[in-house]
Amino acid sequence: MHTKSLTELAHGLRSGEFSSVELTQHFLKRIQQHQDLNAYITVTEEIALQNAIAADTQLANGQVAALTGIPIAQKDIFCTLDIKTSCGSKMLDNFIAPYNATVIEKFNQAGAVLLGKLNMDEFAMGSSNETSYYGAVKNPWNVNTVPGGSSGGSGAAVAARLAACATGTDTGGSIRQPAAHCGITGLKPTYGRVSRYGMIAYASSLDQGGPMARSAEDAAILLQTMAGFDPKDSTSVDLIVPDYSAGLNNSLAGLKIGLPKEFFSNDLNSDMAATLETAINEYRKLGAEIKEVSMPNLKLAIPAYYVIAPAECSANLSRFDGVRFGYRCENPVDLTDLYTRSRGEGFGKEVKRRILMGTYALSTGYYDAYYVKAQKIRRLISDDFKNALTEVDVIMGPVTPTPAFGIGEKIADPIKMYLSDIYTIAINLAGLPALSIPAGFINGLPVGLQIIGNYFTEDRLLNIAHQYQQVTDWHQHTPKGFE
Amino acid sequence: MSLTANDVTQIAHLARLGIDKQDIVSYTKDLSGILDLMTQMSELNTDNVDPMAHPMDQAQRLRADSISEPDNREKFMSIAPQAEAGLYLVPKVIE
Repeated sequence: MHTKSLTELAHGLRSGEFSSVELTQHFLKRIQQHQDLNAYITVTEEIALQNAIAADTQLANGQVAALTGIPIAQKDIFCTLDIKTSCGSKMLDNFIAPYNATVIEKFNQAGAVLLGKLNMDEFAMGSSNETSYYGAVKNPWNVNTVPGGSSGGSGAAVAARLAACATGTDTGGSIRQPAAHCGITGLKPTYGRVSRYGMIAYASSLDQGGPMARSAEDAAILLQTMAGFDPKDSTSVDLIVPDYSAGLNNSLAGLKIGLPKEFFSNDLNSDMAATLETAINEYRKLGAEIKEVSMPNLKLAIPAYYVIAPAECSANLSRFDGVRFGYRCENPVDLTDLYTRSRGEGFGKEVKRRILMGTYALSTGYYDAYYVKAQKIRRLISDDFKNALTEVDVIMGPVTPTPAFGIGEKIADPIKMYLSDIYTIAINLAGLPALSIPAGFINGLPVGLQIIGNYFTEDRLLNIAHQYQQVTDWHQHTPKGFE
Repeated sequence: MSLTANDVTQIAHLARLGIDKQDIVSYTKDLSGILDLMTQMSELNTDNVDPMAHPMDQAQRLRADSISEPDNREKFMSIAPQAEAGLYLVPKVIE
């Protein structure tokens, strides 16, 4: 049952081939069997079975919604009413969310079964899932390598079939990079497309939730549930949500694909370049035209991002003060001691690094040199994309410089880790939608192809990804031991 | 651009962030390295560029000043580290 697509699962449930309780028990058993991957922080077994029983009643009565009875898992960054929501941090290890994120409400309305909450880098800060308070997640393709991050639990769970599909969030690549490393399909929507209400904030002008699934077809169904205007999120965009599945089969004849020369320079490892070239050739066969484009300011995306994101993080994380919720230190002597020790003991090393960096960049005397400068570069990078997207329909490139790296390989060197985000972070600075699809393997590890589109063209991106998945089977490969 | 241990202690104080003494050296090294990476930004002239704070360049949406949330006071207070009689408790601030 775990190998079926969302459409096949919905059909199986509706035709009575299996019940939601059976399907849910099947996934719960797989989660139990593969605990060593450490993909879940919390398994909500009782809730899952209650959801499944309710779904079976609805199915029997013919009251079906898009995901009725389908077991899914949520990144532990989305607040779930009366369920622990840790954000991968000791700071929130005791936090039982008092309300649901809008995304969670939407999944509840769609009838989904909640299997549990997925592991992630602490407060979504990391590219390997190694900064989680709950320990590293293992990549099912090779358990000595990282699944990517920050949505590493989501990537591993979907690849290992420990959930039918999952959610992630992407601030600098946190959906696309784990999707690439785990061989699944992950979409970061346009900023403002998916509500951020109840999604614990890291860098508010960059954060965006999105689907992580086994195929573009599944991702379209998930995005349909997640997307839409939300008055509770003041940056949510009030635009009609198209039918994301309707155009999946559209032809790609005449599609103009841009390849930024900065993405395909000599810095790109030759195996990665060869794998991507093969994928792009498939698009040629599907009728696309390929054109080189140039985005000269891309090289400054890393420094700009690592000023802006920490600056926003230092402001957002100031709410964790040990007073109203979350971790509080033992026996504080005064209020300053309460703040300082609660934060010092509650946050892990990478989160502290970013708070310090952000505080510095926003402090008197440095604000213009770092923060304003980074925002100006953000404008130039965004203009590079705007210009390129007047010449071509979509931009393609790598998601990561290499396939998944080893657990422990980069964690001691923050700069090495930051540089692995080179191909993904510029997209968040611009606020554009982008997805990662499986495009081959190097030494048994999956490689992702990134497709970047214009604002609010998620339907077109999914169509382009789906057409590739009709002529290739990379997305159908399953890691050994998880078949 | 390199920072000193004193700079890091001062930044940590601004952020009300406790840092173990033995970790100050490694934070100083890491942050100095990150700042070196940032200096690449100065290579580019950005004199007449408007800073971009937000991808949508939109104005903040306003809403009517009406009650939209139910009263969840008890629920919110139940997850506080220390609360009593509807108040959050903290160490004594005024002698």
